Amino acid sequence: MTERMTGAQALVRALEHVGVDTVFGIPGGAILPAYDPLYDSAKVRHVLVRHEQGAGHAAEGYAQATGRVGVCMATSGPGATNLVTPIADAYMDSVPMVAITGQVASAAIGTDAFQEADISGITMPITKHNFLITDPDDIARTIMEAFHIASTGRPGPVLVDISKDALQKETTFVWPPTMQLPGYRPVTRPHSKQIREAAKLIAEARRPVLYVGGGVHKAGASADLLTLAELVHIPVVTTLMARGTFPDSHPQHMGMPGMHGSVSAVGALQQADLLIALGVRFDDRVTGQLSSFAPYAKVVHADIDPAEISKNRHADVPIVGDCKDVIRDLIAALETAGEKGDYTDWWTTLNGYKETYPLGYEEFEDGSLAPQYVMQRLSAIAGPDAYYVAGVGQHQMWAAQFIEHERPGAFINSGGAGTMGFAVPAAMGAKMGRPDAVVWAVDGDGCFQMTNQELATCALEGVPIKIAVINNGNLGMVRQWQTLFYDKRYSNTNLQATRRIPDFVKLAEAYGCVGLRCERPEDVDATIKKAMEINDVPVVVDFVVHQDAMVWPMVAAGTSNDEIKIARDMAPKWENEE
Amino acid sequence: MSRHTLSVLVENKPGVLARVSALFSRRGFNIDSLAVGPTEHDDISRMTIVVNVEELPLEQVTKQLNKLVNVLKIVELDTSHAVQRELMLIKVKADADNRSSVLELVQLFRARCIDVAADAVTIEVTGTTDKLEAFVKILEPFGIKELVQSGMVAIGRGARSITDRSLRALDRTA
Repeated sequence: MTERMTGAQALVRALEHVGVDTVFGIPGGAILPAYDPLYDSAKVRHVLVRHEQGAGHAAEGYAQATGRVGVCMATSGPGATNLVTPIADAYMDSVPMVAITGQVASAAIGTDAFQEADISGITMPITKHNFLITDPDDIARTIMEAFHIASTGRPGPVLVDISKDALQKETTFVWPPTMQLPGYRPVTRPHSKQIREAAKLIAEARRPVLYVGGGVHKAGASADLLTLAELVHIPVVTTLMARGTFPDSHPQHMGMPGMHGSVSAVGALQQADLLIALGVRFDDRVTGQLSSFAPYAKVVHADIDPAEISKNRHADVPIVGDCKDVIRDLIAALETAGEKGDYTDWWTTLNGYKETYPLGYEEFEDGSLAPQYVMQRLSAIAGPDAYYVAGVGQHQMWAAQFIEHERPGAFINSGGAGTMGFAVPAAMGAKMGRPDAVVWAVDGDGCFQMTNQELATCALEGVPIKIAVINNGNLGMVRQWQTLFYDKRYSNTNLQATRRIPDFVKLAEAYGCVGLRCERPEDVDATIKKAMEINDVPVVVDFVVHQDAMVWPMVAAGTSNDEIKIARDMAPKWENEE
Repeated sequence: MSRHTLSVLVENKPGVLARVSALFSRRGFNIDSLAVGPTEHDDISRMTIVVNVEELPLEQVTKQLNKLVNVLKIVELDTSHAVQRELMLIKVKADADNRSSVLELVQLFRARCIDVAADAVTIEVTGTTDKLEAFVKILEPFGIKELVQSGMVAIGRGARSITDRSLRALDRTA
């Protein structure tokens, strides 16, 4: 197919050809030529957001809910720099995203022109790759390459910066173009020798654990994981990015590991003699003090990104490959070998932890609302078919802990970057990708005030998300650290919620949404049910909770996982080694 | 800590040097020496990077470099099986009285005199880091007015070429 058209038309046509149906963005001077043909596109829906950061997080939410590449668009300079946070977020959480930005005309690049920013330079360390296009002939091919890079191997964000003159000039549109990526060859097929080696270690182990991360769902391997886990009857822990990848209700599930993980999950890792690490990166929030993390364990580490293997923890058996292939090959190897490990004692220990130290929380004598209770009821009423999109902080941890995560990919949050303000725009993107699903954002009052302008977008574009604002009137997680480590000196964490500035119910109404408020435990069910019944406009529920609610268990930053506390000054009693 | 010499084949495109050097600084590695130049193939540039790191961090930086889309190939050159050269230009004080002494040293080091003025000579010398250091040391008493040195370039001994396979990859996409 060959046709004469402008660079801008070629851009829109290329987006249509790679299958884009939704773009989140805001126009401006340098990207303006692209918005003209976009206006006519019958295939691409452009969603006009209120802030470019919202566009970026919406693209992330869309990508995580659908498994497809999320797309956001902005103009040069400040438009582009406002995308920096979501790009960094997508980079840390390996979210496939393409960001398209306008750039000043090629002749003006480097002159400090109006709204000029070197966005390809700025995003170099936070993108999987980026491009600066100044020739319209490169547009179609680059778009194809950008989508290919974003969605294959370890997914990630790709930025395409296009100068205004490249959008305006004529070009010959050719589809499909030939990609020119000689240096890009992700390895997806695991090495069979390494698989056999891993199978051997599994059969020999006495205390093995499947340490499962976000890479498993990204590889579409959750069903295979279940098969593998049940075949060998090994306990499973799911990281923050993997909640739901293995069902919480499954008896082999030990919970979430890490700083706010359950005792059974943290204990399983610390006492394991073998970690089968799948699509994880041994993040510091999981390992705690690295030198004392899982001290008795040999490590089988499978990941599609070779640079993750042995980055933080030495892998005894490194496996580079797509988790789906890895898990399927492991299943085949284990079935062939036929040997099975004996894990009876291990299960006795772990089930003991699970029974003795279940997740729990403190009820308040004054009858005020416990945020954990809100999570439990939300989970029970909205159920496992809903998507839950969390911001960052205490509410995120409670959402990870107290919502029953049963479905792979249904819990979306900002894990690596820890971006406050993620929830509202990401929930909007998730809902646009999955319009038939119920999407609940779980947000904190601090987070909510960072990006709630996208309520306007939701209301106008007909995106009826539901938002549970866990309002403790504070930057709660920071306050928790001040309580524990700064002698209760609450420097700049009090958002003064008692004065109701802003009043979230009125704020919701001002944005054309329904606003509800719930302050007592006995009203929680009715409020959630009411929110579930409203499906034409977004709903904001202001759950006013007690400000002293804490996230437990906790491993203090930089300390050993062995030092986990289940409440202040309360440590679990570990079973003696061997 | 030990010195390692990496030969990195990259696509000859704008910004690639920035990507590579930024990666080193971002991941906390210091570059001792860096040289970039064209190769026998128009589309490929070659960087020779000398780093002073432990074995494990070297593996990590190599893996991270490999993830750069514009990087085609990375080979660590074993010093005992590679030829390494640096180029240095030195301006040394030398007048009619001692010029012949300086030129004698130039001969001994198989360097070349490339410019002569009434009170100075400019010398070009190539060699390994050790040789250049020795040369500078012996010239110091005369008075070094100015000195400039290139990064190290290196190539493996024998008939094998590290570019062959990368060229085939380029041809496939062309």
